Amino acid sequence: MASIKPGLLGRKIGMTQLFDDKGDAVGVTVIQVGPNHVVSVKTSDGPDGYDAVQLGFGTQKDFRLSAAQRGHLAKASVPTVRTLGEFRLAKADLARFTPGAILGATDLFKVGDLVDVTGTSKGRGFAGVMKRYSFRGFIRSHGTHEYFRHGGSIGTRLTPGHVMKGKKMPGHKGNATSTVQNLQVVRIDAENNLVFIKGGAPGANGGNVRVRLAIKS
Amino acid sequence: MDIATIEKTLIPALAEGAEDRAAIDMKVGDTVRIHVRIVEGAKSRIQVFEGTIIAIKHGGIRKCFTVRKVSYNVGVERVFPLYSPSIDKIEVKSRHEVRRSKLYYLRSLRGKKARLIETRGVLNN
Repeated sequence: MASIKPGLLGRKIGMTQLFDDKGDAVGVTVIQVGPNHVVSVKTSDGPDGYDAVQLGFGTQKDFRLSAAQRGHLAKASVPTVRTLGEFRLAKADLARFTPGAILGATDLFKVGDLVDVTGTSKGRGFAGVMKRYSFRGFIRSHGTHEYFRHGGSIGTRLTPGHVMKGKKMPGHKGNATSTVQNLQVVRIDAENNLVFIKGGAPGANGGNVRVRLAIKS
Repeated sequence: MDIATIEKTLIPALAEGAEDRAAIDMKVGDTVRIHVRIVEGAKSRIQVFEGTIIAIKHGGIRKCFTVRKVSYNVGVERVFPLYSPSIDKIEVKSRHEVRRSKLYYLRSLRGKKARLIETRGVLNN
């Protein structure tokens, strides 16, 4: 079963720093998590067969949406939104959402909460094993010859006679869905729907992210 | 809404009830007295760090400055975030004539060579 904690769709704005109670500077990521429009609520008793809430975030010009999309949004009298996203919910949480409602940062999060942030990591293209898996590479001296950033041996000889599945090798890095768990909310700007989260979040500034209450809290 | 706009809104929020740090007239080469709040258990006291500003870095809410002093023949440098709540007060004692924005060259100088020429009558206090 996927995560069953409610969350909001948002946009990563960037990083800055704040001071905590002790006066220490803390690196924070600013995420705009609203306004989120509740587009539909799916229930396990209904035709969908599972409990979830579908949210819409951002603004989009009317003509960029298909008639079907416009109709879907109009059903909940939601303005044209840029992105849609679903959060699976526990049955008890369903009552918190009614189609057409507008949710902001303070509706779900409060200072001190732990949250998980999901986003699309920055693409790094075809990367070697040092960048991709933090391999050590080789010593630069003592006669190392054209082997500085290699990954070393990839297996043994006749037994088993093939390279093990999942062997870490060069390949495409980044541009994949990535989640950072248990980040703390240190500040909320209710007016602008901003949450300030301790630590980093995946993806570039301006990228779409999902912020949900931590599943391990 | 971008990060630069947000950082601007954060500065006055931190400065509540405190002196307006942005308005302090301090430059590289100034001799300053930094009153630092030190918390020991339930008590807190003020300690003064006096030295020369050798660098001012970054901007906005992340603005930092480095203060250098020579204590018992050992150079001591401390980096202070301008808006740090543990700074109680910043006093600018004197200004000196400097020709560059980072005075890192002072690190390799000792004694009389490490002196700066004071410019008098420019500070209001």
